[in-house]
Amino acid sequence: MRILYFAWLRQKIGVAEEEVAPPPEIRDVAGLREWLATRSAGHAAAFADAKQIRAAVNQDFATPDHPVAAGDEIAFFPPVTGG
Amino acid sequence: MARIQVQEALFDMAAESAALTAGRVDVGGVASFLGVCRGDDGLAAMVLEHYPGMTERALGRIAAEAEARWPLTGCTVIHRVGRILPGEPIVLVLTASAHRAAALESCAFLIDWLKTKAPFWKREEFADGDARWVAAKHEDDAAALRWSAKPE
Repeated sequence: MRILYFAWLRQKIGVAEEEVAPPPEIRDVAGLREWLATRSAGHAAAFADAKQIRAAVNQDFATPDHPVAAGDEIAFFPPVTGG
Repeated sequence: MARIQVQEALFDMAAESAALTAGRVDVGGVASFLGVCRGDDGLAAMVLEHYPGMTERALGRIAAEAEARWPLTGCTVIHRVGRILPGEPIVLVLTASAHRAAALESCAFLIDWLKTKAPFWKREEFADGDARWVAAKHEDDAAALRWSAKPE
């Protein structure tokens, strides 16, 4: 599973992407977010406020209950601010 | 088919606009929105980050939605990324149609949806060395929501 981070999540975690293999009980975006938060102090800081975090699964915006599986590309980022 | 472009370089608005009418006589109007970087509060530069791949996909989807809702003869969306200085353009939306209402409405729709549905993030750098990520605005969500029902 390939995880990408953008904007201040990337800064707090210290990497733009990482390859992870979460345990099989991690089945959705919210579960993955909680599991990733335990990986380091930087991850914990980045994921501290779930309300400020959006996600995409395979390059489409995804809700917290969206399923995740091995081989997916999953991105976490703050609400978008383009335009 | 919309022209979607994500690039660091400046763009030529006049050339982009001319391309929408070149060689055709069915265009009655071209509407445009040019987003420009303001230099508020001692801003030195705006740094635009995006999600390569998803960005183009999201912009293509937004443009396809505009083309489904309005009878457009052409549509161009160019969004810059990287370091942008005050006074420089950030984003260009152009829509062309036989009649003005479709061009004007679809142009407003595109910029409203783009602000809330495309993966870009702005970071402001100030002359004194400070930097901060721009927070999403509630009014942008409200502006996008007004288009959630299809026009009659």
